[in-house]
Amino acid sequence: MAINSDILLASPISVLKRLWEMIVDKTLFPTVWFTLSRITLGFLSGTALAFVLAVCSARFKIIEILLWPYMVTVKSIPVASFVVIALVLINGAWLSTLISFLIVLPIVYTNLLEGIKSVDVKMLEMAFVFKMPFKNRLRFIWLPSVKSHFLAAVRLSLGLAWKSGVAAELIGTPKGSVGNALYYAKLHFDTADLFAWTVAVVILAVAFEKLFVLLLEKAFEKAVKL
Amino acid sequence: MSMVLKSVYKSFGEKAVIKDFSHTFKQGDRVCVMGKSGCGKTTLLNLMLGILTPDTGEISGRPKNVSAVFQEDRLCEAFTPVGNILAVAGKGADLNKIRALLAALGLSKSENTPVSELSGGMKRRVAIARALMVESDLVILDEPFKGLDDDLRESVIKTILSYTSGKTLVVATHDIRDAQLLGAEIINID
Repeated sequence: MAINSDILLASPISVLKRLWEMIVDKTLFPTVWFTLSRITLGFLSGTALAFVLAVCSARFKIIEILLWPYMVTVKSIPVASFVVIALVLINGAWLSTLISFLIVLPIVYTNLLEGIKSVDVKMLEMAFVFKMPFKNRLRFIWLPSVKSHFLAAVRLSLGLAWKSGVAAELIGTPKGSVGNALYYAKLHFDTADLFAWTVAVVILAVAFEKLFVLLLEKAFEKAVKL
Repeated sequence: MSMVLKSVYKSFGEKAVIKDFSHTFKQGDRVCVMGKSGCGKTTLLNLMLGILTPDTGEISGRPKNVSAVFQEDRLCEAFTPVGNILAVAGKGADLNKIRALLAALGLSKSENTPVSELSGGMKRRVAIARALMVESDLVILDEPFKGLDDDLRESVIKTILSYTSGKTLVVATHDIRDAQLLGAEIINID
């Protein structure tokens, strides 16, 4: 009988104990840093490119039309397919960066474009008549319009970036990553380890999302303040 | 300098809204554009503001600096009345002048309240204050007294007249009393 055994399902106590051991033996933070830094890089570069493409698409309809098939395709292709293709092309250590980049790009692009398109045209007319400086138009008309769309996209894509990034590491197993640690936990049927890493990832993803969104909200607040 | 509209024609789809309109607005003129709802008053003002372009005809002599009260208030709802004026007039605008104007329009107690918390009539006066505070040679007001009672309307008109002295003032209204109080020439576009 394997019931009530830590082999099948680790108890919360043993998961916490394992998490503590990982902190003490200094395996948690370097591993988490490895994954965190790569996923963050993928997220930030995806967001930056999405911003540029959304602005270009809003300005030139042809760019939006040309990008549409790419965005739809990227959104619907399974992460596993991306990972397998990416493993052929790039070093496994940067797999999570590429995958989170690809996941974040269409989400942020679509939402930002929606935000730009939903700007109040009547307010733009007002700005035109009063010859409002470009900086003020950006701060007082465009930013408030884009804010909610952008924050929603960031919340959604950050969670997905973590999920897909760690999944990519699980397949690519780059040394020193959370995905690699999860892979070995699965291989050794070490459920305490598996849950401990999962708990660490969940805490980290939630904390990162909250912190990032808070910083963005503060930045928006500061930007639109007179 | 005069602003001249010559044989201006504007249509939306099949519907001709402004048909062969001509008029010369001289510097310092006070003009009321009157007519029933939907007769094209707002379209005419938008043509004068440069928001719309005529299908045919010519518009010349539009001053470099114009200001307006639009059919809707078009205010930044999160900002205070002072903030709304500073957003268009720039940070260098004289705060004392802004406060004096807001006081003249009966808004001194609300100058630091976000516009979103103000009543419809108060928002309208903020929009008027913004149009009067900005340096301009042409002031265009589209139904500026919407939501104002008779007493308030009279005092607002007095303020408008004192702040637009020497400027061209064009007001769209459907109330003949507004034209009389403004002492304006009437153009009926029905």
